[in-house]
Amino acid sequence: MNRWMCAFALTALSSLATAADAPTLARGKEVFDHWCAPCHGEGDQYPGTVALGVKYEGKLPGALEARQDLAPEVVKAFVRTGITVMPFFRKTEISDPDLDALAAYLSEPEAR
Amino acid sequence: MRLPPDVSAADFETAIKEFQAAVGTEWVFTSDEDVDLYRDAYSPYWGEPEEKIASAAVAPNTVEEVQAVVRIANRYKIPLYPISTGKNLGYGGSAPVHSGSVVLDLKRMNRILEVNEQQAYCLVEPGVSYFDLYRYLQERQIRLWPDVPDPGWGSVMGNALDRGAGYTSFQFRNHFDAHCGMEVVLANGEVVRTGMGAMPGAETWQMYRSGFGPYVDGIFSQSNFGVVTKMGFWLMPEPEAYLRGVVGVPRYEDLTPLVEIMTHLENTKVFSGYPDLGSPLLGVPTLAGLHHFLVNGPEPRDAEYGALLQRGAPPQDYEPYGVKHKLPFWSLGLTFYGPEKVIRAQWEHAKERFRGALGGATFEEREFFTLPLTEEQKTKLEYPAMLGIPNLRTFAIGARSQLNPNNPTSGHMWFSPIIPRTGEAVLKANEVFREASRELGLQMLTAFSLPVPCWERSFIFIMAFSVFRDPAVNKKNRDAFRRLVEIAAEHGWGEYRTATSFYDDVMRVYSFNNHSLLRLHETLKDAVDPNGILSAGRYGIWPKHLRGA
Repeated sequence: MNRWMCAFALTALSSLATAADAPTLARGKEVFDHWCAPCHGEGDQYPGTVALGVKYEGKLPGALEARQDLAPEVVKAFVRTGITVMPFFRKTEISDPDLDALAAYLSEPEAR
Repeated sequence: MRLPPDVSAADFETAIKEFQAAVGTEWVFTSDEDVDLYRDAYSPYWGEPEEKIASAAVAPNTVEEVQAVVRIANRYKIPLYPISTGKNLGYGGSAPVHSGSVVLDLKRMNRILEVNEQQAYCLVEPGVSYFDLYRYLQERQIRLWPDVPDPGWGSVMGNALDRGAGYTSFQFRNHFDAHCGMEVVLANGEVVRTGMGAMPGAETWQMYRSGFGPYVDGIFSQSNFGVVTKMGFWLMPEPEAYLRGVVGVPRYEDLTPLVEIMTHLENTKVFSGYPDLGSPLLGVPTLAGLHHFLVNGPEPRDAEYGALLQRGAPPQDYEPYGVKHKLPFWSLGLTFYGPEKVIRAQWEHAKERFRGALGGATFEEREFFTLPLTEEQKTKLEYPAMLGIPNLRTFAIGARSQLNPNNPTSGHMWFSPIIPRTGEAVLKANEVFREASRELGLQMLTAFSLPVPCWERSFIFIMAFSVFRDPAVNKKNRDAFRRLVEIAAEHGWGEYRTATSFYDDVMRVYSFNNHSLLRLHETLKDAVDPNGILSAGRYGIWPKHLRGA
């Protein structure tokens, strides 16, 4: 619970975050393509995208790469905590530096 | 720091230091935050005292490091629980069976050591997922297919060791049977290679399975007799073309001849891909149509159909409605791989066979592609696994969707008994499990169940149980699951595999001659792992000091 409270409290601060450098964003894209895209890619063949589309009823895009509102802390919390059928990921799968890069990639839409 | 059972804090602290020296400090996890990532995300005991929790995790990068970790564990009698990718969700995750074990996380060992395109095989380490292998082959334009199960993030090796299944040709669908040669670290730290790999410098480790002497590979599957660190697999050469045709038949009783002809056609190699049964009339999707069903829900029906549903009509009562509305009672997808001229002739022959035996049969060519596929074509496939393309579509089960907009689950577990490959067995299993479900208060996904996947001479009759973060609901489902295991056994049906929480329950029904098979497993366990450090409890095999605990 604390992790979630921290994540949402920090969401407001995300706009103050320093923009990540190009290699970090490129690594973040690689991590997304490897670990996230098979469930969160664009289209109705991806269960994560379908689930988020239904959850937000069209108010937010289902595909994560189309989102403009993701704070890095929220991305990290979902990866390490999981949600409904999405499991959490171990550090041998997504290391802390890779998670930082992923969080930067998904929270900086202008860099995509 | 959590402690393994029956290990002193001082010994564990020393062992942790030795693990760190063996694999590097950053690859030994002891904080609660890190170790919690090894919980089974789909555990039906989530948050309850009985949930199985690791005490620590160690992640070696080489076989030598695995040997070192096993030797340390033996010295301090620390229980280890090896995992490959830990993504066997629905049949268990990365959590140990024996609480307090140290997880031996092999994910970092993710090298594809060899691919031989001409001989169509590969040699991989435990951390290689189906996605990894597929991407490797695609990037290098190697025209070989892996046979993939539903969860594409699973380990090629781990799935085979759990005797998982896939959806291409029958000689590849049984993933354990498609392996050729393995390397195993025994509990004493010694490395063994099986098959031709036992000969130094062998040229045929991945080309000839059994080598010389007893064929021991099987004892390292669904067991805890060693840590498998390498495995070879035979891969499917990409065919010239792919065709999937669908047969429709109108009557309830057509299922028996439909399955009989289907089996003969597959066993005589007229078709070789996955035979995919469905019921358009009862709204039971085929495997190819499952994702569409899960995402969009059932097809809308009229009031006449609604009346049948409302009165809880038995399946056969739907037949007149199907005939009137030209809705097949059963459908069967047949997959053909090969040169276009050949597979079109095979499809024509299959149609002749069904047409001759089943009045009113209909036929539709659903998919045809010359291969390799373009990236655009890959996005339009009904079920990519039938072309060896890994995916995660099955995780729509329980996820939020049009079918299930408000009550997403926290996972699922599979009840999966083996039944004979006949229409009669499918009908009988439905009758038995429908009645049992009613008594146990279970909500089934569809009113009728059809088997997925299938072997050459048997079906897996699979049923999904939802898991929630609600102990009361989970307890009800666990109790029902255990009862179904017993009911299945009373009819001669045993599970081919199960979630870790039910290992003992399933092993218990394999009881011929006073559990002589389990007693043989235990004899082997005591011989190869006398301290009982490896995967205590896996597939119902417990080391001597924990037996009957």
